Amino acid sequence: MQITSSVVGAVTVAGFAVPFLSAWQPSERAKALGASVKYDLSKLEPGAMAVVEWRRTPIFIVHQTTEAIKNLPSLNQKVANPALEEGVSRTINEKFSIIKGVCTHLSCAPKYYPEIEPKAWDENWKGGFFCPCHGSKFDLAGRVYKNVPAPTNLEVPPHSFEGDTLIIGEA
Amino acid sequence: MASKNSLMTWIDRRLPVTENLERHLTKHPVPSKVNFFYLFGALLMVVFMIQVITGIWLMMFYTNTEEGAFASVEYIMRDVEYGWLMRYMHSTGASAFFFLMYFHMFRGLLYGSYQKPKELVWLFGCFLLFLLMAEGFLGYVLPWGQMSYWAANVILSLFGAIPFIGESLQVWIQGDYVLSGATLSRFFALHVVVVPLLMIALVVFHIFALHEVGAGNPEGVDIEKYRDKTGMPLDGKPFHPYKTFGALPAIGIFFIVFFAIVYYAPTGGGYFIEKPNFEEANFLKTPEHIAPVWYYAPFYSILRAVTFGIPFLGITSKFLGFIIFAASIAILFIVPWLDRSKVQSIRYKGIFSKIAMIMFATSFITLGYLGTKPVNEIRTFIAQICTVFYFLPFLLMPIYTKYEKTLEVPDRL
Repeated sequence: MQITSSVVGAVTVAGFAVPFLSAWQPSERAKALGASVKYDLSKLEPGAMAVVEWRRTPIFIVHQTTEAIKNLPSLNQKVANPALEEGVSRTINEKFSIIKGVCTHLSCAPKYYPEIEPKAWDENWKGGFFCPCHGSKFDLAGRVYKNVPAPTNLEVPPHSFEGDTLIIGEA
Repeated sequence: MASKNSLMTWIDRRLPVTENLERHLTKHPVPSKVNFFYLFGALLMVVFMIQVITGIWLMMFYTNTEEGAFASVEYIMRDVEYGWLMRYMHSTGASAFFFLMYFHMFRGLLYGSYQKPKELVWLFGCFLLFLLMAEGFLGYVLPWGQMSYWAANVILSLFGAIPFIGESLQVWIQGDYVLSGATLSRFFALHVVVVPLLMIALVVFHIFALHEVGAGNPEGVDIEKYRDKTGMPLDGKPFHPYKTFGALPAIGIFFIVFFAIVYYAPTGGGYFIEKPNFEEANFLKTPEHIAPVWYYAPFYSILRAVTFGIPFLGITSKFLGFIIFAASIAILFIVPWLDRSKVQSIRYKGIFSKIAMIMFATSFITLGYLGTKPVNEIRTFIAQICTVFYFLPFLLMPIYTKYEKTLEVPDRL
């Protein structure tokens, strides 16, 4: 009797917990607002960066210069995880890097410093991103440097190219 | 008087009012000699009441939506009669709450207010600190200013650092892929209903447990040993009127300081309400420097001090930081079982206990200072040392409290 009532009681509590806990999941509206966005790449000069908003996250679109593309493999020694999933710029189209502008440490916005010149945080700066909050460094493709607070590379959001149009949110 | 007595008898037959008043107020013995450290409990009750009352009034004007929150706070500040007073009392109250809580707990550490049989009193208190930290965090998000938004982002991303389940857990807490209005409105519900209810329940448990085992004193003397003919301990005085009226001057002084801050320095120079929070939340623009409010700074410092992970276990520096940050609060819960000393009070403990308390207090304050500053290499290094010094007094406690030489505790206060 005691066991039966305990089991029935536990099942009832668990059953009622489902709707209450599920209510905390993103609503249908939140899911719809997370749909993909488009960007015209033809207006972006080499060396320039555009910031597009997707799912309320700043997405950095970097048009890499020839020099930057040449420099990226030479940074393999300095970054924590040199493996490139897709190409030098971590995209199918190596001229562009598509990166989530959210530091993988504690979600600050890393700043874009494309210049190749000595910086306060690095004497051999080859261009990249620097996070002013806690000093994390990333190269121009968003790969994280060794010995900084950020644990992983800046994320690449799902994206695809259609001619000159970039679609963020759909792979 | 006869009618009053018969009324009381009628009530007491049905609800034991007189019995409980005597038990908890007019006949409850408290040590006759204590110092100012023993006033913080009463002051905490006062601040709790300030928070509840001002909170209810703020709730009457606040809008818990992403579009309306910031504007409603401006409305409270500018258009609502005395709205500014309600809000500044509430925000200053939060700082006061933590200030008093830290002293109240430090008193506990100094005078062994956690030792047998007061373990539960201490545990309920630790839960209250945890709830207060949660309550403060949830409340800081509500004005939906820049610092509300970005500080919350930092804290919520800590949940995202938990291996495997982290990301979905973070989305579940946020109710969106990013921190948004969905998060704001659930934080509002937690801040005004769930956490305060739990806190009230725990305060009741805290006090009932305290009245069961009896309040301590700075000497660590057991006042229950010697009693007079009526059963009142010789070194004891009834709680009411001695303690109640004794606390009044302290409450007066507290109010003078409290309202001086409310009227003349409500933002506390950016430490009570941070400057970026006077700007509405903007999810595309991170403030240059994200600093916590002063009362979280020591713990934030510990979080940031962890710049390394355990790669072969798959633990990132971020997750390890989260673990150590959680441990810095969790370790307080087990203090009653770490202290093996024969005596309660620091006055009769040995030299190692004294060094440990100084070490703990110094590192806590240093960590607090560092937590409000931007990081650089030197500060990170100091924070790492202080983190070690924060934990050492607790981790080594079972050893030094057992072997150090203690003094003889007197029989009477």
